[in-house]
Amino acid sequence: MTARESAPMRTLLFGLLCIGVLLLAGAAMPRWLTFLLTMALANGVVALGIMLLMRSGVVSFGQGLVFASGGYAAALGFRWLGWTDGLLLTLAGGLLAALIAAPFAWLIARYRGIFFAMLTLALSMVLYGLLIKSTAFGGSDGLNMGRVSYLGVRPADAWVGYTNYAVTVVIVGMISVLMRVYFDSVRGLVVLSARDNEIRVEYLGSSVQSLIATNFIIAAFCGGVGGALAVIALGHVEPDYSYWTRSGDFVFVAILAGHHSVLAAFVASVALELVRSFSSAYFPNSWQLAMGLFLLAVIRFLPNGIGSLWVARIRSSAAPADAAARGSA
Amino acid sequence: MSSAYMIDARGIQKKFGAVTAAADVQIAIAHGQRVSLIGSNGAGKTTFVNMLTGYIKPDAGEILLDGQSITGLAPRQIARLGVARSFQIPQLYKALSVQDNLLAAIAAQQSALSFWRPAKNADSMALAHDMLQRFDLLPHAERLVSELPGGVRKLLDIAMALTRQPKVLLLDEPTSGVSADEKFPMMDTVMRALDGSPTTVLFVEHDMDIVAQYSERVIAFYSGRIIADDKPEQALAMSDVKRYVTGELIAATDHA
Amino acid sequence: MALLLTILIDGLTYASWLFIVALGLTLVFGILKILNVAHGSFYALGAYATASMVALFTSMQLAPAFSLVAMLLAAVVVAALVAPLCERGLLRMFYGRDEVLLVLVTFALFLIMEDVTKLIWGVNPLYVADPYMLFGMVEMGTLSYVGYDFMLVLIALIVGVSVWWGLKRTRFGKLVLAVIHNEEIAASMGVNVSRVYALAFSVGIFLAALGGAFTAPMISVQPGVSVGVIIISFAVVIIGGLGSIPGAAVGALIVGLARSAAVHVWPVAELFSIYLVMAIVLMFRPEGLFQRVQARKI
Repeated sequence: MTARESAPMRTLLFGLLCIGVLLLAGAAMPRWLTFLLTMALANGVVALGIMLLMRSGVVSFGQGLVFASGGYAAALGFRWLGWTDGLLLTLAGGLLAALIAAPFAWLIARYRGIFFAMLTLALSMVLYGLLIKSTAFGGSDGLNMGRVSYLGVRPADAWVGYTNYAVTVVIVGMISVLMRVYFDSVRGLVVLSARDNEIRVEYLGSSVQSLIATNFIIAAFCGGVGGALAVIALGHVEPDYSYWTRSGDFVFVAILAGHHSVLAAFVASVALELVRSFSSAYFPNSWQLAMGLFLLAVIRFLPNGIGSLWVARIRSSAAPADAAARGSA
Repeated sequence: MSSAYMIDARGIQKKFGAVTAAADVQIAIAHGQRVSLIGSNGAGKTTFVNMLTGYIKPDAGEILLDGQSITGLAPRQIARLGVARSFQIPQLYKALSVQDNLLAAIAAQQSALSFWRPAKNADSMALAHDMLQRFDLLPHAERLVSELPGGVRKLLDIAMALTRQPKVLLLDEPTSGVSADEKFPMMDTVMRALDGSPTTVLFVEHDMDIVAQYSERVIAFYSGRIIADDKPEQALAMSDVKRYVTGELIAATDHA
Repeated sequence: MALLLTILIDGLTYASWLFIVALGLTLVFGILKILNVAHGSFYALGAYATASMVALFTSMQLAPAFSLVAMLLAAVVVAALVAPLCERGLLRMFYGRDEVLLVLVTFALFLIMEDVTKLIWGVNPLYVADPYMLFGMVEMGTLSYVGYDFMLVLIALIVGVSVWWGLKRTRFGKLVLAVIHNEEIAASMGVNVSRVYALAFSVGIFLAALGGAFTAPMISVQPGVSVGVIIISFAVVIIGGLGSIPGAAVGALIVGLARSAAVHVWPVAELFSIYLVMAIVLMFRPEGLFQRVQARKI
């Protein structure tokens, strides 16, 4: 029964440690690996947003909406506004995504189950439909963007990959620390309990709708940041970022990770990126098959995700099977 | 004490189609009273409780909580004003441990939910420990809800309602589903936990022994009306109560 | 007014195959409570099977008219082989679980089937164009339309009426309706719910495959067709109302006509308009136009 007031500090220290390790390791890695990790982290932070929503009891099948918003924000900021600072573009991505999600947040927060999923899906497809036909935004070809600078410094050719990687590590790392602190906080516990029994939460005086709406916007910010980081690293954005299969990828990572461990989101994301990269070279026509089978195995045998492997407190509870989606009272 | 009564319900009417669940119900409960509500199923006591907690709105009439009108407010708002309830079927957080259930209850009752203050902060942990102690739940602290026996779940359900020292505590059939030999020890624990606190307690009960033992006032419902409102010894002895609630009067003299 | 006619006919044609596919999707949801993300994959399977079957019939020197039989046969084969495999081998493990969980399971199934079709039929597009000209051209005013399109409308009507008749007029249909309304009570009254589920799923798959089979001549059959089909089918069933047969019809008409109008008048709106309608329906009338399922709201 030890009081864990120091928990946020410990989370921060652990986060800084991880960031440090990744930064050091990155300097020694081959270029393809730093790029892969950059993408994995960018995608992972989107999945982290879904993890937050899963902790609230809902699953979003439309994070492509915010991922694309963030990505296009970065590309357009670069091309139309002449912003070359990567940090600024990333922040812009997160903010634009949050702004786009905000008007829908309160309404969406009244839905659960497949209706929540379908509504988020529909919204992401609306954006897709708009983007693919819009010549102003590059249509189906999308947009390219050039290299960014960071705080006035334009990295030399050999260092571009590493600087993008390093900035991604730091930004995603800080977001992860904040997310973990949120999970462990008073509000975070109410959120988690709402996933389990909304009625009880309401009768104790808290508004579940308000909690979910807030989380929807936070998840949008994360998605936007991820989108911006991905586009900065890749140099390209396209309408496909908002397509339902992209949203499905993020859900895949989130389900694989479970909702207990922030770290798991990135472990899962890296695993997916690795499989994707190697498979397209060696098993182009069967890696999706493998992913599908793997997802089934996780749903069936590890319903709390891989995070449950190392978060000690998670034991099988009364409704283990529905843990992969939403546990209901 | 800002008003004469903690709960003041006047002229409450409620119909569900052709069924009258409340017909001009008038109830005034003083601060700190221990009141039990009795009546057979469908008599109107659950409806009254639901109107008190905001689950349903009365068709007419007014309910005042400590002088403030709560008629028609949402459950969440009424909870914030100091009405806490336990449930007939315990409403717990199944995926969390007993201690975490209490911490979650403590957290949910706070007016400003902090994004960073740890759920396991010193104040909350102390309060949770206190509740665990008062309700004899300490040995179960780390156990998951799914591993708990029925009586313990009920205790936890009630403990969660009490974490914010509510003005009014509503116990919905606290001993239903609890085995006969567990009932009294359970209610003893609950009453002991409430010892000395100014909380007004209402409990809906079907077990007359429990009613007689733990309440100082009994309100009996039948067909949406109150047919008795007195001390337990008096109320339970009334022939109407015996006929319509406890079922003791089987052969009535006015049946030819 | 030639434009209006074109929009109407195009829209109707599109709505026809969409109705057949969406009907399967909505039935599976209405009866098994599963929103099948892999439904589009069965459409693709039907298209691929048709390509093979038509090729087979051609190699057997059968008259071109028989290609329609080939399509029907392809759909039946797909349903007969694949449906029991999926239902018994996979979905049965997850019955009664959270609806979103089942969506994830079917999403996994979708991923698996994407590669299965690639492994069987390769990645190159297949063309089954010959049957498309079976019914020649139909002259209407100044424009001519492909006869095949009208046949498609006819098939959609037949399918719709058959399913309606099957549910409302046959004994088995009544059992299915009982299961839809209350599965527990139906089971306790002796209805073999397992069998109802298995058959219902097969019918749903058959309809998806049938849709794919009959549209195969109009598209290039290649990896990825399933992806577009499933998302637009979702739009149709959401707009029409999950589990509702008239809803599938009306939804398909709305989507088909809206798309057709957009393509001919305002191409920019072709895609987003449909999903905008879907989003609006979800926001303001989530049960869809023909209420069957209560939207889970708090």
